[in-house]
Amino acid sequence: MTFGKEPSATGLAIRTAVILVLFVSVFTAALAILHSLTEPAIRASAAEEEMRAINDALPRELYDSDLLADKIELPPTADLGQDQPSVAYRAHRGGLPAALVLKAIAPDGYSGKIHMLVAVRVDAGHVGELAGVRVTEHKETPGLGDYIDPKKDKNKAHPWIDQFDGQSFAKLPEKTWKVKKDGGQFDSIAGATVSPRAVVKAVKKALAWADANQERLFAATDKKGGQR
Amino acid sequence: MITWQEFKDIFLNGTWRQNSSLVQILGMCPLLAMTTTLVNGAMLSLATILVMALSGLVVSLLRNLIPYEIRIPVFILIAAALVTMVDLGMNAFMHDMYLILGIFIPLIITNCIVLARIEVFAAKQSPLQSFFDGAFMGTGMLWTLSLLGGIRELIGNGTLFSGIEAVVPSLHHLQLLPESYPGFMLAVLPPGAFILLGCLIATKNWIEARAAARAKLPPPTPANAAGCH
Repeated sequence: MTFGKEPSATGLAIRTAVILVLFVSVFTAALAILHSLTEPAIRASAAEEEMRAINDALPRELYDSDLLADKIELPPTADLGQDQPSVAYRAHRGGLPAALVLKAIAPDGYSGKIHMLVAVRVDAGHVGELAGVRVTEHKETPGLGDYIDPKKDKNKAHPWIDQFDGQSFAKLPEKTWKVKKDGGQFDSIAGATVSPRAVVKAVKKALAWADANQERLFAATDKKGGQR
Repeated sequence: MITWQEFKDIFLNGTWRQNSSLVQILGMCPLLAMTTTLVNGAMLSLATILVMALSGLVVSLLRNLIPYEIRIPVFILIAAALVTMVDLGMNAFMHDMYLILGIFIPLIITNCIVLARIEVFAAKQSPLQSFFDGAFMGTGMLWTLSLLGGIRELIGNGTLFSGIEAVVPSLHHLQLLPESYPGFMLAVLPPGAFILLGCLIATKNWIEARAAARAKLPPPTPANAAGCH
């Protein structure tokens, strides 16, 4: 860099500040443009993935209604770990309530929030029984705590998350809903207990909330029955 | 343009002589966190190759516009913006790939080697050289992290290539030690990574010392590690 004359300290400071601001503006603008270009595609693939996760959590044979069309808005609900409004999906079979799919968040994962889908059955004879749980979004340590997601679980025959299938408070008393290390009933892999502990706790709270609220939620369905 | 000799020098520097993990000892944070399995180590390195080649190219193209006094914030800005762009672009247009590499991409910016190569190479050299320097530094990381991840996985879990199903659905991981192998947690936890990395560094130094003794040359003085990990 050569200057006609040695610049003053103030001149140099202003010059570099202006250049830095220019760089920041250019790159921020580039990011903003790219973000708006990619947003629709990202949202579409997220929706597709969500349907795939719902199908994993709630077996297709348990309901015959159009699940994505039958959703209700929930206010921020502490028991689901949601501090923002969220949605719940209602499944029907032969016109009768069959299951409820809730979005729950475990706030205390090893690295941040663990987002999951919790499917609770409400059909006769299975009320309060979990149909399945799937982790949809997490930042747990790859190769260590990420086995909460069956795609990353090394045990393909019996993934960790399948322990929830068919469980209910009737079969397992509520106070035993802990990992075995904490004196509960759920397995975990030694050295990676934080992630499963967070998931078990969040599923327990979500199931309790579903038990307490499912009648109210399905009553809301009936009111909107004509719109479906 | 680039001569064959230059290309060869950049290749050898990146993959062996100045290997980011074994000689410069940079990028320890992602190294410790991600080399729990071979596939994880390799995937992180592949994402790093992409970002390092791009950041080398972009910084080299812009190098005459960047004042010396504010070069570090500008370099970080460029590298972070590129990481975000790769993240967004891959999420939108290569979603299957993103599902595999997605979690690794934001980790790249924690890797000092990106900033280090921009500072010592791309800021002074022409674009093509800088592009290859970034790519080959990443390649050096690729073989080192794959090796380290493979050893940790084998000792820790008795398997190799676990997680490969996510990359190539038709493949399956290898169970090299019997199913009853209880596992060895130390190898999977960060202290095990440090111990094994030390062994790899010692092996590399031993190979070089032996080669130097054969050539009747004094052993090379080890490069000073920068104060950034």
